[in-house]
Amino acid sequence: MTAITANELFQKVRQVDKERYAALVALVILTVISSFLSEYFLQWQNLLNILRQVSYTGIIALGMTFVIISGGIDLSVGSMAAFVGSLGILALNALAGRSQPLAVAVAMAVALGSGLACGLANGLLITKGRIAPFIVTLGTMAIFRSLSLYMKDAGEFRSESSLFGSLGSSAPGRIPVPVIVMVALAAALSFVLRRTRYGRYVRAVGSNARVARYSAIDVDRTRLIAYTLTGLLVGVSAILIAMRFNSVGTSTVGINYELDAIAAVIIGGTSMAGGRGTIWGTIIGAITLGVINNMLNMVGISTYLQGTVKGLVIIGAVFIQRQRQ
Amino acid sequence: MAEPFVRVRGLGKEFGGHAVLRDVDAEIRPGEIVGLIGENGAGKSTFMKILAGIHEPTAGQVYIEGQPVAFRSPSDARRAGISIVPQEFNLASDLTVEENVFLGAELLGAGRTLDLARMRSRTAELLAQLGANVGPADRIDRLSAAQKQLVEVSKALAFDAKLLILDEPTTMLTVVEIERLFALMRSLRERGMGLVYVSHKLAEVKTICDRVIVLKDGDKVREAAIAEIEPPEMARCMVGRELREIYPPKRAASGPLVLEVEGLSSPGAFTDVSLTVRAGEILGLAGLVGAGRTEVAEALMGLRPSTGVVRVTGRDARAHSASAAVRRGLGYLSEDRQGSGVVTAMGVAENMTLVSLPRYCSVPFVVDRARERQAAQTWRDRFDIKVRDLEAPLESLSGGNQQKVSLAKTLDPGPQVVIVDEPTRGVDVAAKQEIYRFLAQLAGKGAAVLLISSELEEIIGMSDRVVVMREGRVAGELPASALGEHEIMYLATGLEKTSAT
Repeated sequence: MTAITANELFQKVRQVDKERYAALVALVILTVISSFLSEYFLQWQNLLNILRQVSYTGIIALGMTFVIISGGIDLSVGSMAAFVGSLGILALNALAGRSQPLAVAVAMAVALGSGLACGLANGLLITKGRIAPFIVTLGTMAIFRSLSLYMKDAGEFRSESSLFGSLGSSAPGRIPVPVIVMVALAAALSFVLRRTRYGRYVRAVGSNARVARYSAIDVDRTRLIAYTLTGLLVGVSAILIAMRFNSVGTSTVGINYELDAIAAVIIGGTSMAGGRGTIWGTIIGAITLGVINNMLNMVGISTYLQGTVKGLVIIGAVFIQRQRQ
Repeated sequence: MAEPFVRVRGLGKEFGGHAVLRDVDAEIRPGEIVGLIGENGAGKSTFMKILAGIHEPTAGQVYIEGQPVAFRSPSDARRAGISIVPQEFNLASDLTVEENVFLGAELLGAGRTLDLARMRSRTAELLAQLGANVGPADRIDRLSAAQKQLVEVSKALAFDAKLLILDEPTTMLTVVEIERLFALMRSLRERGMGLVYVSHKLAEVKTICDRVIVLKDGDKVREAAIAEIEPPEMARCMVGRELREIYPPKRAASGPLVLEVEGLSSPGAFTDVSLTVRAGEILGLAGLVGAGRTEVAEALMGLRPSTGVVRVTGRDARAHSASAAVRRGLGYLSEDRQGSGVVTAMGVAENMTLVSLPRYCSVPFVVDRARERQAAQTWRDRFDIKVRDLEAPLESLSGGNQQKVSLAKTLDPGPQVVIVDEPTRGVDVAAKQEIYRFLAQLAGKGAAVLLISSELEEIIGMSDRVVVMREGRVAGELPASALGEHEIMYLATGLEKTSAT
């Protein structure tokens, strides 16, 4: 009897854990290789640097995880980041003369609020307008970018608040603020995905929307919340970027963020077809992308070639997942 | 007697160590129609999938005109002269009839381009032969089920099939269309073609076949010339016991009215449907495919817009969303288990609580997994669902066990009105019997059960009363004392059934 259970346990470890920890194992291997390639790699400062660099797209990727598990996609997040970041700086500068703390608070509220509104707009067009997510967000991607460029003639919104910029470079306990935000949000959203009713509904909707509808689940609302959440997280990310540079470049901020966010989600083991995925997988996916960039920089490979490596990693990750099924 | 076109000796097939077909000997001659019958899971579809080159046998040998063959793919089988008309049509719905007929085997002209003219004329010729009122350039998604079936037959005939396998060809057809199909089958037989007719409609088998082969649990249990075997005998061979036994005894239901439907209509689906179900009663809702029965269920569940009056225990219960219907005490077991019943990628427990999840949330929105697990265990024990791990994804379960999970999902919110739509589709006979028992128990505890089924035996065996629908309207109602296949079919078709028995 015990022999059977031991055998079963072994089987289970082989099946489940491979799937769940494949991305983590890949990341560990990558880290080991990197530490051999460069002696600086494992230094605390470098590791924190990687985490900070990935946190801006990582935060967005958390929302993208919900969207993709629900069976959708959001291409507009990069442009949206530039758009809501610009609005945030506009609000900041309008009030910076009077009270800096108030200005910063209002800028944050504006960025989060407009992010939420943009996400809500995406979600409403998709659910009430019955338009495919790819099409809707392709359209809003163009709209958000174009509006940002128009507002400043493709230039840069500079912050007039010193407090704003100093918040961006603050690092309590040496850990940069964006990293703390990303980890806290990941913990909260992982709980939402795994343990709440909403998380269960997201997986059911992505797995089979018809079954979900027949099971008295409000499919439209489930999807709408996923896009709105993503918009809100874009707002969080945008304000952190704006603080970091103390400005928002309308033609530079958020470029290719949608690709990095989607890549992080996919490398993290979330199924592009929906229904399946984890938040921690996405975090690992985001860090993997960061480690690759960092390693290639240290080894001195041309920045132009880094995209090739990233592309190969994305395709490879999905290929391995396909083999496993 | 003609030499057999196909002969199989000792044919066997295992899936993952489980034998689904064992040591079957059979032959099919040119110019005969062989009926292949058996319960779900008896091995019918495995047998024909081996002949059609979809599965490879794990034991035994197939001979074509005396020569041993080993098909590696459906196109191997097609080249050898075996074609299949599948139950689920295998047609690309955006393409035209002619494109489908030659799909994967297009005729090529000079320079390896498509020979459109030849394909069109050949398709037209085939369609004319079959008496199909379909044009070669019609798109598949505009065709009726019967027309699609004729396209499948044309596809088979385009390649000079010598053996045509028809898998449950009449489930989607009206009585008139069935007659036309049988006439076509007879004319193909006259031309020397061999036909295999897979069905569980025994009266039809008796009408059309020359010989019948009965499979049960993977074994061939009977083979007889059609003159020597009557439908009751066929049923006994298939099930291995008297059919009556599988239905629980009926109860006299005299409880108060629970479900009242008056003048319910849904544009394009059904009109002016009225019916009532009492507490403890099982009301059968019969009719042909397309009569609007499932649509009525969907309207009651708020999945389809409707007008009219719906009351549950006297209170207004016309729902605009499924969640509203569930709140008002309605539960629905969908006919399409994989398509709208269960999430196959999710676990057993997660599926069972999908409808009732709000009740398992302790802190708002947070699922109390211990309580959920407890409920899932209760259902597993009550329905004897064979699964050890409640987290196991549903796709790892058999059809019968999946159906029990789907039923548990429907019943977990504790509905007063339970609508079950084809509750035993695709499950084996043992699970069937258990599901019948659960439904009877449910009624015994005072639920109002609305049973939608296309299996007349099931409707007659289970229902206390039957409402028959035809073309979106209620055609009539039959009390328990007047329940019979003939009476139901008369109402369902509007015609006296003269030829099918």
